[in-house]
Amino acid sequence: MMRLMLILTVLVGALFVAALAAGPANIGLFESLGALVGGDAGPLTLVMREIRLPRALLALMIGGGLGLAGAAMQGYLRNPLADPGLIGVSSSAALGAVLAIQTGLSASFAFGLPLAALVGAVIGVVLVLVLAGPRGSSLTLILAGIAISALAGALTSLVLNLSPNPFAANEIVFWMMGSLADRSMTHVWIALPLILLGAVMLITLARGLDALTLGEDAAEAMGIGLRRMRLTLIFGTAAVVGASTAVAGAIGFVGLVVPHLLRPFVGAQPGRLLWASALGGAGMLLAADIVVRVVLPARDLKLGVVTALIGAPLFLHLIYRTRREGL
Amino acid sequence: MTLLTLKDFGVTRRKREVLRDVNMTVDQGELIGIIGANGAGKTTLMRAAMGLIDSTGHSSLAGLPPHARGRAVAWMPQSREIAWPVDVETLVRLGRTPHIAAGQRPQAEDFAAVERALLRMDLGALRGRTATRLSGGEQARVLIARALAQETPLLMADEPIAGLDPAHQIATMRSFADLASEGHSVIVSLHDLGLAARHCTRLIVIDKGGLAADGPPQEVLSAARVRETFGISAYFKTTAEGPIFQPLEVVA
Repeated sequence: MMRLMLILTVLVGALFVAALAAGPANIGLFESLGALVGGDAGPLTLVMREIRLPRALLALMIGGGLGLAGAAMQGYLRNPLADPGLIGVSSSAALGAVLAIQTGLSASFAFGLPLAALVGAVIGVVLVLVLAGPRGSSLTLILAGIAISALAGALTSLVLNLSPNPFAANEIVFWMMGSLADRSMTHVWIALPLILLGAVMLITLARGLDALTLGEDAAEAMGIGLRRMRLTLIFGTAAVVGASTAVAGAIGFVGLVVPHLLRPFVGAQPGRLLWASALGGAGMLLAADIVVRVVLPARDLKLGVVTALIGAPLFLHLIYRTRREGL
Repeated sequence: MTLLTLKDFGVTRRKREVLRDVNMTVDQGELIGIIGANGAGKTTLMRAAMGLIDSTGHSSLAGLPPHARGRAVAWMPQSREIAWPVDVETLVRLGRTPHIAAGQRPQAEDFAAVERALLRMDLGALRGRTATRLSGGEQARVLIARALAQETPLLMADEPIAGLDPAHQIATMRSFADLASEGHSVIVSLHDLGLAARHCTRLIVIDKGGLAADGPPQEVLSAARVRETFGISAYFKTTAEGPIFQPLEVVA
């Protein structure tokens, strides 16, 4: 267990440094890190502090948050196919962002897009809570999430459908693929408090998630407050996913695949999986964002496309393994 | 010491009165069998007594704060759920949840309790195995051990011996009897009246929404009561080898 933590931490650290060193401006590793830490008013320091640092920080935070939220969601629903996007918050945040692009809010005001996405996320989570209620089975939560996702997706399509402006439509399509390119430290400051808050909430679920291995009845009889867990899960996931979508667009598969990959290494214990998935998610997104910049540097490859290209085959492997083990 | 008191206790679910006017107390050292036909309300009585579902009247357990209740009563539900492929020892250790504060690691006392539970349920050889890959009966024993590891004064188990082989059915009932002789009390629902007659110190019959009978097996399993509640005839004799109860025929 400690060894896994150590390996993952070292891996994430190495990928973070690599993410700082990767970019179109071909600069040596030590030179770039020196410019980041030491720093003068030169262009290299500017590149490091204003372009690469926020990008690497966002990959770290968002990847970690999505991995954590995915592990929490799978643990709560006791379903290895659950995903943090399941509660509909990512779709409703995307709808908010799409509306900001369509109405020109994002063009007239620099942070109109992430703020509109956050408003969308809040509306989404309120609707899910109203539909699923604070009590009740996990099935109602899944159904409410699917309903909200479908509605938000339909409205997003409607916006695209009726868009009189092909440039806006184009921008919407590209935004929805998810990316960390050209983000500033302000994006970091918008997302960081929410992701931190959500992560702290989700980490407190560890004990309850372990107990839920025995089912809801047994867990409740052992003193686990299911009602509070459910609210903590919904708000924690909404904070992480809403903030992530607001600054980076829709990035799929991290929350689905990372917990699945790491589960065997933590003895399948859902509580331990939270920490491991947070580190693993950060690692996966940092790696994907390096791939984006290294493979096709000139073509603005989107991050969400790469995570899906990595994630979908892993997901197929999960299905194959699930079928073989008859779980 | 009284471990459970129910006074004018009742349960109404979906506007249907499932149980009413239940009055009973459970003292230390009892092994109580709850018997009754399918759908009589055995599970409902136990879940409501613990406060897992809403009830009317007084239950000494339902009023406890969740944390205190986890130390007062252990519950083994009928649905044998093991959601993740964790190993047996880890699963049994989950029973220590009410004794371990959030963020705290299991102490020596917790590991000792897990060992005692594994020993009682004869699981030493299976401790390292993945719980989800065990057979149904083995899983049931693991889940009983989990409830035992909670080491509460009162243990409630919903059909714990269903699906076990004869040797483990007897061994499990004996473990419960041992617990009772050590001053704990155990409430089990079961359908095997033969085992109930042999091992329980007291039987409670649930029929028509209330307690139809409550007392030692010899009194409760009278020919009239068995016919009335279960619609069967039976052979029941106290022999040199203990009480023997054998259901015979369905009577109209």
